Amino acid sequence: MGAMAILRLALVFSIFTSLSLLTRSSPSPSPQLQIVNAERRIDLNSHIVRVFLTLKVENIGESPASEVLLAFSPTEADHLALVKAAAVASKKKKKSYLPLDVKPINLVDGPNGTKYYLVYLLKPLVKGEAISLEVLYLLTHSLEPFPVEISQSESQLVYYRDSAKILSPYPIKQQATFLKTPTSKVESFTRVEPTDRANTELRYGPYEEQRPYSYSPVIVHFENNNAFAVVEELVREIEISHWGSVQVTEHYKLVHAGARHKGVFSRVEYQSRPSHSGVSSFKHLLAELPPRVHSVYYRDNIGNISSSRLRTNRKKSELLIEPRYPLFGGWKSTFVIGYGVPLEDFLFEAADGTRYLNYSFGCPLGQTVVDKLTVKVVLPEGSKNPSAVVPFPVEQRFEKKYSYLDVVGRTVVVLEKENVVPEHNSPFQVYYQFSPIYMLAEPLMLTSVFFLFFMACVTYLQVDLSISKIKQT
Amino acid sequence: MVAKMEKATDLLSSPQSLFSLKSLKLKTKQQELLIRISILCLVYILAFITRLFSVLRYESMIHEFDPYFNYRTTLYLTQKGFYEFWNWFDSESWYPLGRIIGGTLYPGLMVTAAFIYWVLRFLRFAVHIREVCVLTAPFFASNTTLVAYFFGKELWDSGAGLVAAALIAICPGYISRSVAGSYDNEAVAIFALLLTFYLFVKAVKGGSLAWSLASAFGYFYMVSAWGGYIFIINLIPLYVLVLLVTGRYSMRLYVAYNCMYILGMLLAMQIRFVGFQHVQSGEHMAAMGVFFLMQVFYFLDWVKHLLNDQKLFQAFLRITLTCAISVGAIALGVGTASGYISPWTGRFYSLLDPTYAKDHIPIIASVSEHQPTAWSSFMFDFHILLILFPAGLYFCFKRLSDATIFIVMYGLTSMYFAGVMVRLILVATPAVCLISAIAVSATIKNLSQLVRTKTKPTQGGSGKGTTSAKTSSKGALDQSLPYQKNGAIALLVGAFYLLTRYAIHCTWVTSEAYSSPSIVLAARGAHGNRVIFDDYREAYFWLRQNTPSDAKVMSWWDYGYQITAMGNRTVIVDNNTWNNTHIATVGRAMSSYEDEAYEIMRSLDVDYVLVVFGGVTGYSSDDINKFLWMVRIGGGVFPVIKEPDYLVNGEYRVDKGAAPKMLNCLMYKLSYYRFGELTTEYGKPPGYDRARGVEIGNKDIKLEYLEEAYTTSNWIVRIYKVKPPKNRW
Repeated sequence: MGAMAILRLALVFSIFTSLSLLTRSSPSPSPQLQIVNAERRIDLNSHIVRVFLTLKVENIGESPASEVLLAFSPTEADHLALVKAAAVASKKKKKSYLPLDVKPINLVDGPNGTKYYLVYLLKPLVKGEAISLEVLYLLTHSLEPFPVEISQSESQLVYYRDSAKILSPYPIKQQATFLKTPTSKVESFTRVEPTDRANTELRYGPYEEQRPYSYSPVIVHFENNNAFAVVEELVREIEISHWGSVQVTEHYKLVHAGARHKGVFSRVEYQSRPSHSGVSSFKHLLAELPPRVHSVYYRDNIGNISSSRLRTNRKKSELLIEPRYPLFGGWKSTFVIGYGVPLEDFLFEAADGTRYLNYSFGCPLGQTVVDKLTVKVVLPEGSKNPSAVVPFPVEQRFEKKYSYLDVVGRTVVVLEKENVVPEHNSPFQVYYQFSPIYMLAEPLMLTSVFFLFFMACVTYLQVDLSISKIKQT
Repeated sequence: MVAKMEKATDLLSSPQSLFSLKSLKLKTKQQELLIRISILCLVYILAFITRLFSVLRYESMIHEFDPYFNYRTTLYLTQKGFYEFWNWFDSESWYPLGRIIGGTLYPGLMVTAAFIYWVLRFLRFAVHIREVCVLTAPFFASNTTLVAYFFGKELWDSGAGLVAAALIAICPGYISRSVAGSYDNEAVAIFALLLTFYLFVKAVKGGSLAWSLASAFGYFYMVSAWGGYIFIINLIPLYVLVLLVTGRYSMRLYVAYNCMYILGMLLAMQIRFVGFQHVQSGEHMAAMGVFFLMQVFYFLDWVKHLLNDQKLFQAFLRITLTCAISVGAIALGVGTASGYISPWTGRFYSLLDPTYAKDHIPIIASVSEHQPTAWSSFMFDFHILLILFPAGLYFCFKRLSDATIFIVMYGLTSMYFAGVMVRLILVATPAVCLISAIAVSATIKNLSQLVRTKTKPTQGGSGKGTTSAKTSSKGALDQSLPYQKNGAIALLVGAFYLLTRYAIHCTWVTSEAYSSPSIVLAARGAHGNRVIFDDYREAYFWLRQNTPSDAKVMSWWDYGYQITAMGNRTVIVDNNTWNNTHIATVGRAMSSYEDEAYEIMRSLDVDYVLVVFGGVTGYSSDDINKFLWMVRIGGGVFPVIKEPDYLVNGEYRVDKGAAPKMLNCLMYKLSYYRFGELTTEYGKPPGYDRARGVEIGNKDIKLEYLEEAYTTSNWIVRIYKVKPPKNRW
């Protein structure tokens, strides 16, 4: 009943918005472009929505165009984790992809608060020329569980809201959208004819000759029992020791962001009927760690968690971590993973003598969204001029940290980023200058302390402090 | 042999040998010092590392129940500072009453750990407070060995001191309470206890004000650390009294006792939990009485000196004594009657009369460590020391001095208390070790002297610098006893064998019995592999993460500290059993029918109920096995709960033949809810309880007012949510 009401409301709203969109005179920023063919494939398998957009853009204006605009609705833009674009260059049936720069851009004249991303083409598009673009963008927190609370025996249903027609500042001649759901169980979906559903695939389109900013909201209600593992906060601390090790400590705040668990948790049900009970819950997660990892630990603030397994081979190490309890919807868990990796695998010396750390940025857990990621790179004591190079925009600042036997403190490069997905697992670099003399500071300090101690002992034993001497023979 | 020693001297003192050859001869003393110091260092390290079994076997974690409270308060102290800690009102325990933490705990342990932590932090050692807490007990055990050495040296000689240090380093009776992770008051208290005694004995021996001042500070530290200080404040007056009676009264004793008592009392009053008890409580009156007695004694001595007349003095003595005794008795009587002096507490009574707790205070009797000690656990904890103890007493009596009288009294009284309560074996351990060390040292010394004198029969008995009348007499005896040398060697080998057995036994006991954290349970699997049951932490962490932060959890009081420390949730009762009625209310709820229990739980605002259940794993110290104590404690305050209702012909059972009230009480229902559907063991019917080895009697349990919120993977902890009251419509 409630679902129907919401659906109806959504429909009414969608009609209203599409009308309002249509009635407004659309200010097109670069009217000389048009999209000949557009195909959108939306992958709804996990809780991260992956959208593959293939556009064939043609310049019909006079002036050459060097940029292509991508438009997103405000809600989409809020959940947008990553936008990647590539130009397709086909040479003799062999396709190759050339990555392109994508930057968000603020255009005030977008209708209804539309947000834009600018794709910079490698070479400007002259009149009549066409180019194929592949765009991949990822949306997080875009699957809304409904019902909001489920019991242990129910499976999880979610809403996905989008537009049947691709939102674009350019006219689109022909387009189609394909949605892929994890199972064939689809409760309901909005029809915008022609609409077709076959097994796990849902097709909207083809729609011909759409004007700029066409929008027709759709809502799909389907089953998704995948692990909705969201790390609310992740702090990764990477500590460099020039004595041969890089120590990584990762503090996780994990939550199951799917439909909240309601009522009873029955252990009998859970352990005797695993296929019917708690299907949307998850028991373990897989963390992919660098090869040659050593001294791995997995604990939380009340102690070691004994349920983890580490598998290492030459290419990578896999750490299977099992939280203390299975995570049902809304349940939380916090834990720490720590490990050491050999220094020579990650620290290099640049041509000009500066050193740089090359390490992977994102979260090592597969298929998780990180709401807030903080990477702290703790440089050794005495390092100078630190600077970080990250392939995407992050917030940067510096801190001081005092660790074992530090006198002046270690410089910490802090990098912060929100809404991080596994696709962000690309390497970043931190450059700094370091003189090896500083390596000896702490051992020398310890040695001198012990030396002084022994010297004091020797003097104490040698010096006679008594006032009156007793002659011994 | 002499050449060898010379060579060793040469090696050890090579830098000095450059100066003069003559100085070589003087170095024997230094050599001895070096050996002594290295033995002490080794013992110090040994005492530390033998307590690390638990860290190696499990992990660096806090053990058992009380240490979790100590850990939590230490954490609070390091985070919020001393004033916040001192004024801490904890609303997370004893809901809805709360607990004034600063005024109801002995802060010595926490302050010590926090101090170590701050020092390490200052020296830029980036340690976690947990590591400090875990290693506090082994660290203080190591320090205790040092004190034992000095004490032994004071009592007998440095040899006895060394033996005492070695014995106490590995004595299971002490290790049981001081393994790494056992972060309890006793960890520092035994150190403080022995230190106080040592300093006091030293003060009595020399009559030095400085030593007795030091002893007062030792006493202050002890008071701040553990309630067992009562033992000191009663033993020392008793010792003084014995010295007075045996005519060993001296000015030294007068100085030592008065200074120690007055200063110690004033310092102890600074601890809020102790407050004015030194002048107001019955347990401390003996010390005060002895203090006044000392003054009377001194006064009489002075009068005797002035009068110089035996007859007159006798009359005066009679009058003064009568007056003093009657004034004392009247003061005591008036004080007690007016309520100014509080009577002895139940705990104190239960120490004097082992059967008292069983009849009057079930809450004390229900704790396993408060049970009277079994003979086997004496053997387990002391091993050969139990045989050496009487031998040591013999040596002490043979060479009676103020110091040996003290250790004899300490040994005998603490042995008595060790017999009354299992946990007080701990207090007896230092005394037993010291007295045994005297026995070992004296025996071995005598025997080795015998062996040595025989090696040089031509020299007679006066070869060595350590000649005494004893050795020469032994030498004289040589002719009469031809097998003496062989006998001595055999006895030495025997002693060596016994001590080896002792070391093996101690290591075995430490590794097998005393190193389990009891939070994490380990068992052997079918293939001999180690299976870990981490259910407690699983449940506590679940509570911490997935319940509202103001949720109130009801459980039996054993788990209270752990729930607040690890689960970070409010509890109704905890291990600080200060309010018997409150605990009885929980006991009553657990032993009532569900609807009655619901009323009680509603009145206490309970959101979750936690029970511990071992039926699946065969874990026997679960709530069903503790249940009769809940009934007894609940019934002690609320007569509606009657123990016979839960028994069938005086027998406690949970199977079909169990009492109907038992089968339907809350505890039974919560423990066995849906257990009837589970097959625990192959070839047994479903609902087979492995902890008690029976099939349960009520398999069809319906819960009306509660619902299962979480059950851990091995069912050891089960948490239920109390449903909100139904709408009236």
